[in-house]
Amino acid sequence: MSGKISLERIVLALAAPVFALVVSLVLTSLVLLGSGDPPLKTFQLMLDYGTQPRSLVLTLNNATIYYLSALAVAVGFRMNLFNIGVDGQYRLAAMLSAALGGAISLPGPLHVLVIVLTAMLVGGMWAGIAGLLKAARGVSEVISTIMLNFIATGVVAYLLNTERLAVQVAGSNNIGTKPIAESGRIPGLPLVPGTNAKVFGFIVFAALCGVAFHVLLNRTRFGFDLRATGRSETAAVAAGVNVRRMIVVTMVISGAAAGLVGMPQLLGASYSYSLDFPSGLGFTGIAIALLGRNHPVGIAFAAILWGFLGNSAQILDLEGIPKEIVTIMQATIVLSVVVAYELVRRYRLVLEQRRVGRELAAGSPTEPEGVRA
Amino acid sequence: MPLPSRGACAIAAETTPQPPPDAARPAAAATAVELRGITKRFPGVVANKDIDIVVQRGHVHAIVGENGAGKSTLMKILYGEQKPDEGTITIEGREVAFASPADAIAASVGMVHQHFMLADNFTVLENVVLGAEPTRGGGVLDFGAARRRIREISDSYGLDVRPEALVEDLGVGDRQRVEILKVLFRGARILILDEPTAVLVPHEVDELFDNLRELKAEGLTVIFISHKLDEVLAVADEITVIRRGTTVATVSPRAVTSRQLAELMVGSELPVPELRESTVTDVPMLTVEDLTVLSKDGRAVVDAVSFTIHGGEILGIAGVEGNGQAELVEAIMGMRSLVTGRVRLGDEDVTARSTRERREGGVGFIPEDRQRQALLLEAPLWENRILGHQTQRPNVSGPWIDRAGARKDTERIVRDFDVRTPGIDVLASALSGGNQQKLIVGREMSGEPKVLIAAHPTRGVDVGAQAAIWDHMRDARARGLAVLLISADLDELIGMSDTLRVILRGRLVADVDPRSVTPEELGSAMTGAEAK
Repeated sequence: MSGKISLERIVLALAAPVFALVVSLVLTSLVLLGSGDPPLKTFQLMLDYGTQPRSLVLTLNNATIYYLSALAVAVGFRMNLFNIGVDGQYRLAAMLSAALGGAISLPGPLHVLVIVLTAMLVGGMWAGIAGLLKAARGVSEVISTIMLNFIATGVVAYLLNTERLAVQVAGSNNIGTKPIAESGRIPGLPLVPGTNAKVFGFIVFAALCGVAFHVLLNRTRFGFDLRATGRSETAAVAAGVNVRRMIVVTMVISGAAAGLVGMPQLLGASYSYSLDFPSGLGFTGIAIALLGRNHPVGIAFAAILWGFLGNSAQILDLEGIPKEIVTIMQATIVLSVVVAYELVRRYRLVLEQRRVGRELAAGSPTEPEGVRA
Repeated sequence: MPLPSRGACAIAAETTPQPPPDAARPAAAATAVELRGITKRFPGVVANKDIDIVVQRGHVHAIVGENGAGKSTLMKILYGEQKPDEGTITIEGREVAFASPADAIAASVGMVHQHFMLADNFTVLENVVLGAEPTRGGGVLDFGAARRRIREISDSYGLDVRPEALVEDLGVGDRQRVEILKVLFRGARILILDEPTAVLVPHEVDELFDNLRELKAEGLTVIFISHKLDEVLAVADEITVIRRGTTVATVSPRAVTSRQLAELMVGSELPVPELRESTVTDVPMLTVEDLTVLSKDGRAVVDAVSFTIHGGEILGIAGVEGNGQAELVEAIMGMRSLVTGRVRLGDEDVTARSTRERREGGVGFIPEDRQRQALLLEAPLWENRILGHQTQRPNVSGPWIDRAGARKDTERIVRDFDVRTPGIDVLASALSGGNQQKLIVGREMSGEPKVLIAAHPTRGVDVGAQAAIWDHMRDARARGLAVLLISADLDELIGMSDTLRVILRGRLVADVDPRSVTPEELGSAMTGAEAK
């Protein structure tokens, strides 16, 4: 769909997310009322706290991580592959690349590059297992990636031991991989005025990933094959797409992108993979990919919204309002957006059919309306 | 609206139905269904316009028309699935307004859908009572009573259905009888059958017609939707023709030939599939040797098939559907693995090549199921232009999609193949079937292919598109294209083939001469009755 940007198209594109947001606000209000908290005041508190400079930095930092996670999921989604295993892929990738990064010393950018490439390689290989299983034996990638998540957890726990890849973190009883030297770190960016907090430098790389995602899917032969397979596998087969190979390659790409999920945190803040390294980001990515409709720009907005909700909720506990209210909000957004997207999709198809019918009827007076085979 | 042809005028004049001599004619309630002035508009289109149909009780009344003529909409209205914008429906003398199929059923109108709606793992009995379960006392299922009713119905209409049989064990014909039984069980006196023969093989069609005659003899009324004219002529007492959403004539089967009926349906003279002088060369373009393909359960669905198609030759394969045509095509396209056999393109052996390599080698492919295999329905036309040719110019350059090239070439196809569309950014799903097919044919004939595999290239398209597709095939043939033509349309096969062979249970069983064979002879060769 190149070019034509009509008002109708924009309205339709925004209809579903706006609808989802409204539904979510209404439902959350009901829950708040039920627990005896004033909804409007709660939302006001969140808005005020969430727009403070420090909160904005945290929002962008979280959004960077979510964005990468959602891109990883979205690559699979575009081919109807459900990579539930982003979680295991990024944790294993972050742990192994952190260990390698801490063990070597290389000049500046090269050090970072080695760590990032290692993470992508590990993530890609871990996801590739699920791809191979599906291509060779027809194993559902949903099942295999979930199981690989558990295996990854076990592998990480085994390796993250002071007898193997971990060391004692100075001044605590936490353990983690050996910290990465200065040369392997990415400095933060002072993007938000009014605070000393810095945004992950990796945000630039994440944005580039979004561009790469778009170009790969929409401008390359490979992307065409991928989208064709996602839209109709039968048509793709008849068109000469080797679907098995596509499954493996796409899973590897998805896993490689998943490998990046831990990088902003690792290279921009913690410099080591320790027991308290954030987990569960892979599942957040699924929700954000759904909300952003697997589109790089949509995902960006969704990731920022998610980050904003998460951070602005931090104030609520101080006011005696349970901050879990935000989890309810996020869940209702995803649920209602999935329904809304499907409704909009169907409406769009009908609309398009009618439009074509109308234009053809108007264009050829010899052909009476309503009569085409 | 174009003027009807000569034949059509002659028949249209004779719209008064002739009462069949054997029919009893009770004066008062002879009319089972009366539709008057039915009009149904959808935004932008009028699906039905001033439809008038009178169906006599105890008749088999056929409604014929091309795809998209408005038959389905009309039947949905009669069955309460759609409400008419204008017009009246009268059932057995009483005017009705159906809000849902439940109302229609209550008024004794039942519908047998084209696609069966049966639960495979249930018995016939369970399927029949599903949704209309007879109960006794406090809601206990009364299977005994249901079983007796089913036996009763089955016996009185000669349906011969065992209530205990598991549906998954039944053949297609039996399943259809279960569907009919379901409708009768709910007390229907007026049955609508939507394209009931589409899924049946010839002897099952005969059985169905026997059943319909029994129903008729018991005073039931059958409305029979079809576009297979020979069948309609064989079974109907009266025929109403629908064209462009409105009724154009009601005729007696005794007064028309199938050709006249066809011309009434399309409103003009039919295009004739025919080839003029032979363009067959002696250059083999596609050679298939000893090709065998197994089904999942190890049966040979394509059994030692060999043939050669030369440049400028159209080889037609005739056969009842499901005799291995689909598998043969997929094997030639490299979408199915072979047990034995070789496929040669020109003098190159491509047996080990992938589907994509075969396409790159100059094979165009029009698959039988265009919506599932040949289109991305939710993608714009220009992306559909790329499909199947995503390694070839002008769609790509190197690893990149060449949008400008693909779009420009899509414009060319739309122009040259007369695809009716407002533009190339329209989604494929928005086009009518005929226009979708013209786009596919245009795409597959792009880039001067050497071989074209065409499975049912004109199925479900209107007459104009059919003629255009035949023209393009003839032109390409004259330029030296080799075509494998699979079709269920015997006139098309006979008219468009230079060589014609018959496939039965996966084997090529007969060669027939397309210049001398009649459709009847070809039909019996297809069922194996008379293999030469």
